[in-house]
Amino acid sequence: MFLKELTELSGVSGCEYEVRNFIKDKLSQMGCDFYVDKLGNIIAHNKGRKNKTIMVAAHMDEVGLIVSNIDSEGFIKFKAVGGIDQRVLNSKAVLVGENKIPGVIGSKAVHLMTSQEKESSLPIDKLYIDIGTNSKEETEKLVNIGDYVSFNSSYVEFGDNLIKAKALDDRTGCSIILELMNQKLDADFYGVFTVMEEVGLRGAETAAYQLEPDLGIVLEGTVCADMPEVEDRDKSTLIGKGAALSLMDATTVYDIDIVRSVAKIAEGNNIMYQYRTSASGGNDAGAVHKTKSGAKAVAISTPCRYIHSSVNVASKKDIESVYMLAKQVILENQKGEQ
Amino acid sequence: MFNSELMKRLSDCFGPSGREKMIREMIKNEIKDYADEITTDPLGNLIARKKGTGKKILFSAHMDQIGLIITHVDEKGFLRFANVGGLNAKELLGLRMVFDNGLEGVICQEELKDKEKLTTGKLFLDVASTDKEFIKKNFRTGDMCVFKSEYYETKDCVICKAADDRIGCYVLIEALQNHPETDNDVYYVFSVQEEVGCRGAKTAGYSIDPELAVALDVTATGDTPDGIKMDVKLGGGAAIKLKDNSLITHPDVKDLLTCLAEKNNIKYQYEILEFGGTDAGAIHTSREGVPSGVISIPSRNLHTSGEIFNKADVEECIKLVIAAAN
Repeated sequence: MFLKELTELSGVSGCEYEVRNFIKDKLSQMGCDFYVDKLGNIIAHNKGRKNKTIMVAAHMDEVGLIVSNIDSEGFIKFKAVGGIDQRVLNSKAVLVGENKIPGVIGSKAVHLMTSQEKESSLPIDKLYIDIGTNSKEETEKLVNIGDYVSFNSSYVEFGDNLIKAKALDDRTGCSIILELMNQKLDADFYGVFTVMEEVGLRGAETAAYQLEPDLGIVLEGTVCADMPEVEDRDKSTLIGKGAALSLMDATTVYDIDIVRSVAKIAEGNNIMYQYRTSASGGNDAGAVHKTKSGAKAVAISTPCRYIHSSVNVASKKDIESVYMLAKQVILENQKGEQ
Repeated sequence: MFNSELMKRLSDCFGPSGREKMIREMIKNEIKDYADEITTDPLGNLIARKKGTGKKILFSAHMDQIGLIITHVDEKGFLRFANVGGLNAKELLGLRMVFDNGLEGVICQEELKDKEKLTTGKLFLDVASTDKEFIKKNFRTGDMCVFKSEYYETKDCVICKAADDRIGCYVLIEALQNHPETDNDVYYVFSVQEEVGCRGAKTAGYSIDPELAVALDVTATGDTPDGIKMDVKLGGGAAIKLKDNSLITHPDVKDLLTCLAEKNNIKYQYEILEFGGTDAGAIHTSREGVPSGVISIPSRNLHTSGEIFNKADVEECIKLVIAAAN
């Protein structure tokens, strides 16, 4: 489902063109109708039986960094784009700018840190990117202020059906929509690949404005904190336990009747599902349901461990569950007399 | 005459943000004989219209109340939760909560050495049962509950839960039932999800596209011991809002409401709230913009299980809404 290719592309919020070009190529090869809107969202249309307007959305962008300054010795200072996990930035491999200049994020050596500094993660202003140059001039030949920086992290399959990659939030959603488009279902829906979710659901807002959906189905990668030291009640989702249905987050109180109806569809089709129990975070549903006169929205997510870091981990089985459930929800909503 | 029976029913009806079905049905029943047209929009806003060919006016009061959403049910029957709307962990301890099906629980805390460090994560709801089957059958992740508290009134004031904003709903129900002879095209909106960010008002404002919008909501007061510095007080009449964090009242709307109050001998006071927001905040930036204001009902002890307002203030608010509709 192109997940390897999709996760190895760079697409920090506002700079999604690599991902967009890849998806456009695939949609063209599949013979799908689509266009790119002013903000850069891809809006693809699968024509079929129709009771209502359905918008299936996944975001192309990922959290990352942006170059803010080049210091006198050629080291690159940067700012965060989106809610990146700043604790994990130190000593990560990155790619800088359009030409993907390799670099590593560094800080002063552990030997030189104060005991206080050793106990906590370094704030972003104490970190820099080293691209192996010797001077400001050398760096400036390769990198400009404003260049985007993404993690350099390859797609690896391991363990029990697990995947390690960057940007599983939300290239899993993108790969699922591509697969849904490829199915040529006899059920009408728009497959929307949005921009700038990680900085505030910006692409989804304009896409929903154009489409005026009755139902938004947001496919996400979501927080999964099923680690040993975390209490059951704080885990939010569990890896390998199926598609996660959102109940409430910081951007949406999901219509409970719709959520329970999606759960019922999952049960009826033997698709593994769970509820996403954290009430924080947000996704494109927050923009979709409030656009114009309002819409119903559901969020169906793939649990991702270590989200917003360079090494997201997800289960292929969960991705399959999200795909199966999204497909059944579309079919169920568009079935019946025409 | 203050209709205590109606206010008690409004206050007691279940309806946290996003789960307004019961309160919507109740209000619909109260207004069905008075509106020309009643609709429910995709988010669940209840919109009652008195048709006219004149000015399009939107009045809005929110139906939703603050509450809790269950995030985890453990095998022993203890429920963990997150806030729905603005609640403080320290004020939750010991409170009784009630679900839409009438089942109850009480908020308890884990043993803490430092009470100052109390967070919602350290609280749990004890639903008073050791019967695993009962708990499994009745409590699910995603269920919501609200404060349980008795409605009480004195000669001049009321203590109840969810006065924010069922008292606003009460004002709009009374105003609609006494709708004036007018050409204006008036929409009475009972909105959803105000407490989580004025979400219902945003979509209702868009679909109605009014020329004037007035929200009815509670506001804080400065008349309690060592309270906030604020000129609004209980018994001071309808509060015409000048500003809060979501809105600077349009000068024409401020002048209109002031003039109407003066002309009709309606007791009023000006309000500047240094925090918070209302539906008008979402509506006034809708589409090309809507001149908007707020008529506030002064209330003490907001976002608690015992909010207090003055019945005479409510009567002044109703009079001002009727005047503004005309």
